[in-house]
Amino acid sequence: MRIGVYICHCGGNIADVVDVKKICETVQQQDDIIFTKDLEHTCSEEGQQTIVNDIKENNLDRVVIAACSPLFHEKTFMKLLEKAGLNPYMFEMANIREQCSWCHPSKGNATRKAEDLVNMAVKKSKFDKPLQKTSMTIGKRVLVVGGGIAGIQASLDLGDSGFEVFMVEKEPSIGGKMAKLSKTFPTEDCATCIIGPKLTDVATHPNIHLYTYTEIKDIQGFLGNFTVTLRKKARHVIQEKCVSCGICAEKCPTKVPDEFNEGLSERKAIYIHSPIAVPRKYIIDEENCRQLNGQRCGICEKVCVQGAIDYLQPDEEEVLKIDTIIIATGYDTFQPELKAVYGYGKFENVITALQLERIIATGSSGPPLRPLGNRIAFIQCVGSRDEQAGHEHCSRICCMYATKLAQLVKRINPNREVYIFYTDLRAYGKGFEEYYKRAQNAGIKFIRGRTAEILEDPKTKKLFMRVEDTLSRQMIEGEFDVVVLSNGLMPAKGTDPVANLLKLVKSPDGFLQEAHPKFRPVDTLVDGVFIAGCAQGPKDIPDTVSQASAAAARAIRLMNKGQYDIEPITAFIDPDLCDGCEKCIPACPIKAIQMIDGKAFVQGALCKGCGLCCAYCPKEAIDLAYYTKNQIMGEIELALSSKKPDETRILIFADNTCAYRLADNVGTARLSYPHETRVIRLPSCSRITPSMMLYAFAKGADGLFFGECDHKASPYTGASEAIQRNIRIAHSIMEPIGVDGNRIYFAELLASLLTDYYKAITNLIKIAKKEARPLTDEIRQQLLSSSKQVLSEEKEVIR
Amino acid sequence: MKRIPYYPGCSLQTKAKHFETSAMAVAEALDYELVTLPRWNCCGAVHSLTTDDLMHHVAPVTTLLRSKEFSAENHLDDSRLVVLCAMCLNVLKRTNKRVQELLEDRTKINDFMYLENSKYDGSTIVIHFLELLREIGWETLSQKVKHPLSNLAVSPYYGCLLLRPKEVGIDNPEAPTIQEDLLKSLDAKVIENPLKNRCCGSYHTLVDKDVVAELGYDILINAQKAGAEIITTSCPLCAFNLDQRQENILKKHPDFTKIPVVYFTELMMIAFDLPLEKAGLDMHYVDPRPLLLKKEMLHE
Amino acid sequence: MIKKILINDASEAFCKKVNELSGETVSRCDQCGTCTGSCPMIIEMDITPSQMMRLVLLGDESVMETKTIWICASCYSCTARCPRGLDASKVAEALRQIKLRQAIDYMHMEDMDPEELKKFPQMVLVAAYRKLTG
Ligand SMILES: Cc1cc2nc3c(=O)[nH]c(=O)nc-3n(C[C@H](O)[C@H](O)[C@H](O)COP(=O)(O)OP(=O)(O)OC[C@H]3O[C@@H](n4cnc5c(N)ncnc54)[C@H](O)[C@@H]3O)c2cc1C
Ligand code: SF4
Ligand code: SF4
Ligand code: SF4
Ligand code: SF4
Repeated sequence: MRIGVYICHCGGNIADVVDVKKICETVQQQDDIIFTKDLEHTCSEEGQQTIVNDIKENNLDRVVIAACSPLFHEKTFMKLLEKAGLNPYMFEMANIREQCSWCHPSKGNATRKAEDLVNMAVKKSKFDKPLQKTSMTIGKRVLVVGGGIAGIQASLDLGDSGFEVFMVEKEPSIGGKMAKLSKTFPTEDCATCIIGPKLTDVATHPNIHLYTYTEIKDIQGFLGNFTVTLRKKARHVIQEKCVSCGICAEKCPTKVPDEFNEGLSERKAIYIHSPIAVPRKYIIDEENCRQLNGQRCGICEKVCVQGAIDYLQPDEEEVLKIDTIIIATGYDTFQPELKAVYGYGKFENVITALQLERIIATGSSGPPLRPLGNRIAFIQCVGSRDEQAGHEHCSRICCMYATKLAQLVKRINPNREVYIFYTDLRAYGKGFEEYYKRAQNAGIKFIRGRTAEILEDPKTKKLFMRVEDTLSRQMIEGEFDVVVLSNGLMPAKGTDPVANLLKLVKSPDGFLQEAHPKFRPVDTLVDGVFIAGCAQGPKDIPDTVSQASAAAARAIRLMNKGQYDIEPITAFIDPDLCDGCEKCIPACPIKAIQMIDGKAFVQGALCKGCGLCCAYCPKEAIDLAYYTKNQIMGEIELALSSKKPDETRILIFADNTCAYRLADNVGTARLSYPHETRVIRLPSCSRITPSMMLYAFAKGADGLFFGECDHKASPYTGASEAIQRNIRIAHSIMEPIGVDGNRIYFAELLASLLTDYYKAITNLIKIAKKEARPLTDEIRQQLLSSSKQVLSEEKEVIR
Repeated sequence: MKRIPYYPGCSLQTKAKHFETSAMAVAEALDYELVTLPRWNCCGAVHSLTTDDLMHHVAPVTTLLRSKEFSAENHLDDSRLVVLCAMCLNVLKRTNKRVQELLEDRTKINDFMYLENSKYDGSTIVIHFLELLREIGWETLSQKVKHPLSNLAVSPYYGCLLLRPKEVGIDNPEAPTIQEDLLKSLDAKVIENPLKNRCCGSYHTLVDKDVVAELGYDILINAQKAGAEIITTSCPLCAFNLDQRQENILKKHPDFTKIPVVYFTELMMIAFDLPLEKAGLDMHYVDPRPLLLKKEMLHE
Repeated sequence: MIKKILINDASEAFCKKVNELSGETVSRCDQCGTCTGSCPMIIEMDITPSQMMRLVLLGDESVMETKTIWICASCYSCTARCPRGLDASKVAEALRQIKLRQAIDYMHMEDMDPEELKKFPQMVLVAAYRKLTG
């Protein structure tokens, strides 16, 4: 082994506090080190050149750099190694700036800590193995779930870019909610006029395969290799034969409320979804058709001259091979019956905003679907921003659609009096404030107050609304002909089956969670799966369309090169140790482990590299590349080897996403905290097994600190639960031996909460020093032997 | 006969005696004996809402503890505590919730109750008589009906404390149906009063009868507009405000026509055809008997 | 005349005290007015329940001199509907308690006609006594 070690001065950033020369000398004493050098600025051009030359001249096979945080320059140096012909993973960094010189003002203490950190890195490097990024081929086939405007836009973008799109819509036609709207705020384009052409484009696009009236039955596999099973529901009308003459519907005796018109009109059991339906073909609604429900009818079959009716048509399945997936399953509007105080369903003159959209949309082509009366009130935030209704989120667009609908009904009849009762008016988008002003100019009365209840006059059916005008502080008892409920946008029920199949995470509001709210707003945590439109959260059409195009672009980014790299930091199985017990299979939150020929096998393309599974294998057959058991045990050992008898020492296990970054940020802010700490960096603390915990105590640790990302911000699912489980196991063994359980501290952290970190550490030190029972050598000895037994005992402990 | 502990509270053995006697008679017809707790405290009628006031929770907690001890000692078939009065229900349930959730408060209150035989652990379950009826089942109830209330237009009134706050309410706080379900099982014609959950003015009846009369007027007139001939309640205070205060309503609204207000248990007695001495039909300000006679629900 | 509301140590302390005594956090209030619209006693009040919440937030002690805090009947209509899950009835009770603990009663039993008193169910007396006297 030929290791080169560099200690950086970082100008004076490090060298002013840490005695660099001294460390060079002491570290040199470890085996396999060819030389230890100090450099003024390792990251400078000059510094980099020195390293490249050294590697070549001295035939180094490993490099250790003690400098700033790896979050800062790890990538730079790894590239450098590659340039010099070394595998980039034959490299370790010791963070002696952010986590040492910047947070420990005392030179002596900082130097001692830096020494340990370098020794830990050297030790870890000895176990480094060359790791190869593997390439997987990927095709150009995209599944788009949901045929609303989000799905449509994404499909068209993808199709136009030469990708093959499979669009699946559960309803008989594409178009989603937008197809139902009258006009669209703030420009008041006619919704059907602008979406209509897009529907036709989808249907006629050579690269888009359209599956309407189809559900997703199953999804297996991973990025570049998904297997999707579709269930195409029987339409009972042979599509190729139907010419849409409509004679069947004319004769069909069964009437049902028309969903497209939000129940305001009726359709037949054999029907066409909407006037702008794509595809424009009739279908039979299985639930309501007499013939299909054991009653004798068969009228449509008799009248259809094309012979298109097929009562016996079965559901069909189709299996697709898919490379990437876009989820565009949209939203549901709040179910207004749940807000009993507004009397929807009980009072005939209480209607929903979507119903009003239909009334206005159909208004020009015939008699109105229902009368609207003269004085109309809108109630805002129905179901949104309401803990009683169970939804805290703001639906973002109802303020604007009410502003739009109010103007439209007023324009139809300028004598109408229109009121909007709101709590806060949200006009955040481009042109929205101006649009709101237009409504005020038109005489729409905006009243600040949330309607408490509605009563109906049983005879006249007029509605009486009790609401406070919170600006004048008076009670209003208003009499209205029609009250329109501005129902909020809620997570769509249709999202659930797909989200469950793909194990997508939901945010607390119930909508799908993006991988990162700032930088990866259309990605999910599942590679190759993207979200667009209201499935991710309430938004208007412009935002939906932008997101859809973004999702398409993100999908293209993965597929365009025809191949993609897999990070080599994944779990791997030692087949000689694995006895096929299958304990790891349910442990992996993303199901990346499979059984092949009686042995576990980690699917590299799926594995996220959290290392959570390692603690679940009773045979220690699973390990995590670059963070192997030997490496971590080695780091633990060296973090404690310099400890003096009367000293207290805390090991901090920090996940790379939040806790390690937090530790860096504390340093950057120059906040000083106890120097008795040594940090071990990991992808996730769930990598640390109970036996490692016991080993750490055995080797001299006085307290263990686990810092992991807040589960909402974590890139890994289930990490916190796994850490807590591992701690429980460790507790169950150490406590009977006489080690206080609160020597292990676990916290979910965010990289920004600097004082949390400081407080938690000082507190733990206090406990370890004063409050806990002392850890005698005898106890530590016992811990050492039990750390080896944990694995066999784990089984019972878990139960 | 199943025996279950029953807490009367301050009004049920005095001014609202007939609510108790009718409920007991009805229970008996359904094979339940409401066994009155031998030792009980007044619950205090209103739940103390401030965070620091524990003193006023002592009385209800004592009752809860004694109920627990009583049902254990006497091997009652059902250890839950039945109440009739909506205010008692509210106080007992909310206090119970508080000592179940806040261990510290429970300890302190137990310390106050050092004279009791044991410590209260939060385990008593409090239910309203209506909930017991719902459990027995509307089907079972309708089988007991000998005298269907078929052409009687009854509008149930809930008021506040059976329903609110929702953590202790016995039904959907905005759209309750438990009384409707009960009345339907008696075959009555149920009239929906939009103000059935509106407050009757509660204890303000003592200081400001006009306000209470005005609130009562609104509630009653809405029921009448919807076609009600008689109102049912489950709280002696609501009953007082809606019944007795009609005297004051009439002074302010001379065109108001009086409407009888009774406990649901009284109508149950009629429907079950139980001997009516204990029904207390003569205990009301607005006498329900003329209406019931007219509807042939009573024999002279 | 427009009143001036002062924000200073005293106002902060008053707000804090009411928050503590009621267990509610009045800064959560959206000022949506649902409580007011739901309140059966509103006709008798001089300020609305939402205004009461506001004045407490501002730490304006004049809220204790309002009729509203005594008129509130603890009917929990507002509690059942508040979209922020607040309980204005607890705030009213806290304000009453501050007064009552200064031995300032709202009701005086001795003013009542004893004959009249006999008519009421006992619970009325107990409740009014508990709510309106110290
Ligand atoms: C009353 C009202 C008025 C509005 N007015 C305006 C306006 O004026 N201007 C504006 O910009 N925005 C307006 N909006 C908002 C607009 O409707 C949305 O921004 C837009 O429809 C979102 O499109 P989407 O594709 O994300 O969702 P959706 O339109 O909901 O489409 C989702 C589609 O996915 C399908 N689907 C769901 N689950 C599955 C599944 N499992 N498998 C297959 N398919 C599935 C659904 O059937 C649906 O067709 C309004 C909304 C409402 C409620
Ligand atoms: S068979 Fe069904 S769809 Fe056809 S006419 Fe009869 S009810 Fe209508
Ligand atoms: S957009 Fe307006 S109406 Fe809709 S929830 Fe938000 S504030 Fe309420
Ligand atoms: S209902 Fe709640 S949020 Fe709205 S004003 Fe009243 S206390 Fe505030
Ligand atoms: S609890 Fe008080 S403030 Fe709230 S609605 Fe009832 S009377 Fe009004």
